[in-house]
Amino acid sequence: MSEDSTRPFRFGFWTAVSGVLVAALGIIAYFRFTRGIGAVTNLSDGFPWGLWIGFDVLCGVGLAAGGFAITATVHILHLKDFKPIVRPAVLTAYLGYMLVIVGLIFDLGKPWNIWHPIIMWNPHSVMFEVGWCVMLYTTVLSFEFLPVVLERFRFSKLLGVVRSVTPVAVVVGVILSTLHQSSLGSLFLILPHKVHPLWYSPMLPVLFFVSALAAGIGMTVVESFFSRRVFGRALETELLGRLSRASVVVLGVYLVLRLRDLWVREALETLWPLTREGLMFGAEVGLGAILPMVLLASASFRRSPRRLAWAQGLVVLGFIFQRLNVSVTAVEAATGQRYVPSVSEFTVSVSLVALGMWAFVLACRFLPIFPQEAEAEPATAPAGVREPVPVPVADVETVG
Amino acid sequence: MAHRAILVDVTRCVGCGACVEGCQQSNQQPAHSARGFDEQTYTYLMDRGSDVYVRRLCMHCEQPSCASVCPVGALVKTAAGPVTYDPAKCMGCRYCMMACPFGVPTYEWYSATPRVRKCQMCEHRGDKGPMCAEVCPAEATVTGEREAMIAEARRRIEADPATYHPTIYGLQEAGGTDVLYIGPREPAALGLPRVPISHPMPDLTWRALKHVPDVVMFGGVFLGGLFWLTKRKEEVARVEGKGKDEGHE
Ligand code: SF4
Ligand code: SF4
Repeated sequence: MSEDSTRPFRFGFWTAVSGVLVAALGIIAYFRFTRGIGAVTNLSDGFPWGLWIGFDVLCGVGLAAGGFAITATVHILHLKDFKPIVRPAVLTAYLGYMLVIVGLIFDLGKPWNIWHPIIMWNPHSVMFEVGWCVMLYTTVLSFEFLPVVLERFRFSKLLGVVRSVTPVAVVVGVILSTLHQSSLGSLFLILPHKVHPLWYSPMLPVLFFVSALAAGIGMTVVESFFSRRVFGRALETELLGRLSRASVVVLGVYLVLRLRDLWVREALETLWPLTREGLMFGAEVGLGAILPMVLLASASFRRSPRRLAWAQGLVVLGFIFQRLNVSVTAVEAATGQRYVPSVSEFTVSVSLVALGMWAFVLACRFLPIFPQEAEAEPATAPAGVREPVPVPVADVETVG
Repeated sequence: MAHRAILVDVTRCVGCGACVEGCQQSNQQPAHSARGFDEQTYTYLMDRGSDVYVRRLCMHCEQPSCASVCPVGALVKTAAGPVTYDPAKCMGCRYCMMACPFGVPTYEWYSATPRVRKCQMCEHRGDKGPMCAEVCPAEATVTGEREAMIAEARRRIEADPATYHPTIYGLQEAGGTDVLYIGPREPAALGLPRVPISHPMPDLTWRALKHVPDVVMFGGVFLGGLFWLTKRKEEVARVEGKGKDEGHE
């Protein structure tokens, strides 16, 4: 019941859009690499980091956080009910990091030197640490993803070997993720003069970590919802509901940290009179954290997969707002510089998202991402694993 | 440790622009008029009105943010004093530009092989020191060891307290810099960047970065422990024949 339950693609419109985007990406890349970054972006000496850092890198890495959260839940906490979403989450993370690297190739002035941190060390630099962690974690993700490929091509011997080291890979992955998710926030610690007080905080590393966790879970739920629509497979509503309860807790922790920090630093005062920064802050915290937290806390709300997806979509949006507020809004406010990304900058970011979606769809089609016949780890599954039936609560009892 | 510094005395500056010209020559840039930092301009004069001219250049911080954030060590504080740049190492992340509290580094935005640009205190001239100090006709820019420069600044202020504002800009800013300013007004009124932080900026980062080894060690033990504990629980549950999990509600 794997391949035949897949509906034929009805992607005519989207294929066309993606084609246009990919073509545009090629043209922009040509100008970017022959005439320089300035030729395609609105960056300047006064505003050297823009959308490509704020969205492609900061958001890309954060939205991929579902990978480490879900693998940790299943492989470290042994909550095996969540197994059906491990592979989609790992795939998302893997693709996410790939796209971050593509984004960096656009954004770095000399991307061919991207490997330099391997041999040129500066342990005092947060960027150095982030570089190493991203490099290592992408390797770990390849390991976590490898079983899918090996399974597809039936390399059973190798599969056994790779699986036996999975727990180690997961532990290493969680540590690396904790480090660089928070370090993306630490990047801004040395810029007290360049970040508006609503966003500059010594707590930035912690806030970045917790919000990435919320966004990672949010992405996992949203994408499970959409992959159901594309692949017509059973959605683990019960599972996603439980994940969303975890979201409520994570968002709660985030809000307490965030608001307490603002309170302690007496930064809330900058909200009056209401400025652009205040509005952006309101959208970020109000619509992107408080609202979804309240919604997801209601049991009846969680019963509808569509509503779950909407609320988690808000979490994801709130997260994107937060990252862009730190990297753009707050910097604009503190430095008095104006920055509006150029059409090319937007196009690159949107194209990367489109590429990611395509890669996801293709991977789901050709690889056992939603394994139905072969369970991932037979050792822990009881003898009679039932075939998942397309009824929401079906998977819950298949736990050993 | 004794190292080179530059003292800029705004009071003595006559606005002739010799330092700007000398800088462009020394760094092999085409002669041009300079109104701000850009990829061809390491120094320029700000005309502050009533015959007050303020030179801007890289401050050569004692503990430079730019060098501390550079992931590949392309920017370094040399023992001799200058903060120098190696374009062969640079990967173009532009973190240095974000991090500099004085807004100094610029970028070759329209180059396919872009470099960060900023004053390197004429490091290529070796012991001859920076060209700007050599060509200044008014002793408005002088160079020497940092302690000597501070002493000279104090001497000038004390000799003429009516003309000079008592502040030496660069003693405190960002934990101290190797370019020092004295002048007729307070630094902010001269148009010099307000840098309220008087401890080295890299400390701000280090407070977070120093926890990395702890996260690795405790994280490893904690996660490994969780793995082991929950695995054990699961095994026990299986042995006792409780197939069902407790994790529902
Ligand atoms: S003024 Fe800026 S560029 Fe110059 S040394 Fe200090 S941090 Fe670096
Ligand atoms: S742009 Fe170059 S010099 Fe500046 S921090 Fe990045 S790698 Fe270092």
